[in-house]
Amino acid sequence: MTVELGDTGSRIHQSRIRLKYNWWLGNVGSRFYRELRDRCKIWGIKCPQCQVVYIPPKENCPKCFCQMKDWVELGNTGTLITYTVVRYPLPSIQPQKPPFALGIIRLDGAHTGLPHLLGEIDLEKIKIGMRVQAIFREIREGNLLDIKYFKPLEE
Amino acid sequence: MERVAIIGVAQTKYRKNSPSSHDEMAFEVAQKALEDAGLSIEDIDNTVTCTNDFWDGRTISCMTITDASGSSKVPTTNVEGDGTLGVLMGLMRILSGHFKTTLVVAQSKGSVGIPGLVTNAIFDPLYERILGLDAINSAALQARMYMSKYGITEEQCARVSVKNHKNAKNNPYAQLPLDITVGDVLRSRMLADPIKLLDASPVSDGACAVILSRESATRTISRRPIWIKGVGHCSDTYHLGDRDLSDVSALKSAAKRAYDMAGISNPLKEISLAEVYDAFSYMELMWMEGLGFCDRGGGGALVDSGFTEMGGSLPVNPSGGVLSAHPVLAAGLARIAEAVLQLRGEAEARQVAGAKIALAHGIEGACGQGHCVFVLER
Repeated sequence: MTVELGDTGSRIHQSRIRLKYNWWLGNVGSRFYRELRDRCKIWGIKCPQCQVVYIPPKENCPKCFCQMKDWVELGNTGTLITYTVVRYPLPSIQPQKPPFALGIIRLDGAHTGLPHLLGEIDLEKIKIGMRVQAIFREIREGNLLDIKYFKPLEE
Repeated sequence: MERVAIIGVAQTKYRKNSPSSHDEMAFEVAQKALEDAGLSIEDIDNTVTCTNDFWDGRTISCMTITDASGSSKVPTTNVEGDGTLGVLMGLMRILSGHFKTTLVVAQSKGSVGIPGLVTNAIFDPLYERILGLDAINSAALQARMYMSKYGITEEQCARVSVKNHKNAKNNPYAQLPLDITVGDVLRSRMLADPIKLLDASPVSDGACAVILSRESATRTISRRPIWIKGVGHCSDTYHLGDRDLSDVSALKSAAKRAYDMAGISNPLKEISLAEVYDAFSYMELMWMEGLGFCDRGGGGALVDSGFTEMGGSLPVNPSGGVLSAHPVLAAGLARIAEAVLQLRGEAEARQVAGAKIALAHGIEGACGQGHCVFVLER
């Protein structure tokens, strides 16, 4: 379709790219998501050199460049290290209708952060340093949203 | 090592919806940069284009502007990243000894696609995209962490926006010259806390071109060469959660390389002006810290003091910065073009008096994952 744009005399041609991808999770990612889907377990992986525990796990330490094989089971609880409340719509991309909260969570036992959604939370009362816990979906598909969101920890 | 100079620059006006197509924009700046350098296309022995397939909606998008960049008969290569890296590539080609004069062209038409969809695709499809991350909300995560850690206020970020939009009033290429107050920024629509509409750059259409030349060739063809004194680049890790988003060590490393090469020991005193990649207002504060203009956390106080305003000791973004025009791939190249105009004394109403050494900075990836720093001298 071609349409006129304003009074510039220049026209725009509208079309769409239809692309489907099959993203391979690899050995590490497959194991991570199998454990999440089948057992509601969250695993990290430890660098043999710098001892940093990464979540999500990956094949090699991005800093030390060595292969990582030492899987570490993490808890379902962690600490919020940053957050935002998304207030604009981006249809087909956003997992929820805005406003919704995104955060980065440092799970207990990990040294890196996991970006995720925050739920069952007062959007105006989110604080860095809050303790949060993972809530799992009942029907899990083997992706990051098998964790429905993180909610404030009731201690 | 032979010295390399920038001998020609050109920009389109940056705007929301340019009626020009990709190749028309590229042709416009390629032609104007040649004119600026006093060269013809036969004098160019290699070209570098900076394009991005997702932004352009074409696979191997670089090939769509080769004709418009005069690349059909010379070795051409593409940088799928910011224009500063295109200049780095051009510089390396000349330093290889095989080339004399490089034309670097960067263009972006943000109006072609839907920016949020394009920037969501920056993120890992296995772990991050599904969360709806994009350029704005990932920056908000970084801003929150940085501001919380160092006690930076929303007012201080707003001051950057006020300063840069005001500077843009003197830049005929800028998209958003604005007379606004700190209150206007604070009251503007919240996008993703703490980032408000006036803390964020627009997504622009536009192109920029730069011509580089080795010294031996420069002597005969340019009356006003601007020398590349130093360059450095460095990247942090990819996944957002693997990085300390409040950290600027990749920029520090890039800046140190550039300063060492240029022989700069006190950037705050030696640099006349800086053009930094302020895609969001807080970024200008963070990047000033990474560039060593102040200690970590000192960016807020630096903007409060008026030090970085026009007329201050170190004006930052006299062009109005990326906040006032953000042609994504060309934005870093536009920083270099502005630095060159300043050093030539051709920056008209926004001229920094007596400018001798200028810094130009580009970023790429989410939340400034990678940085490239140039030090230029008259």
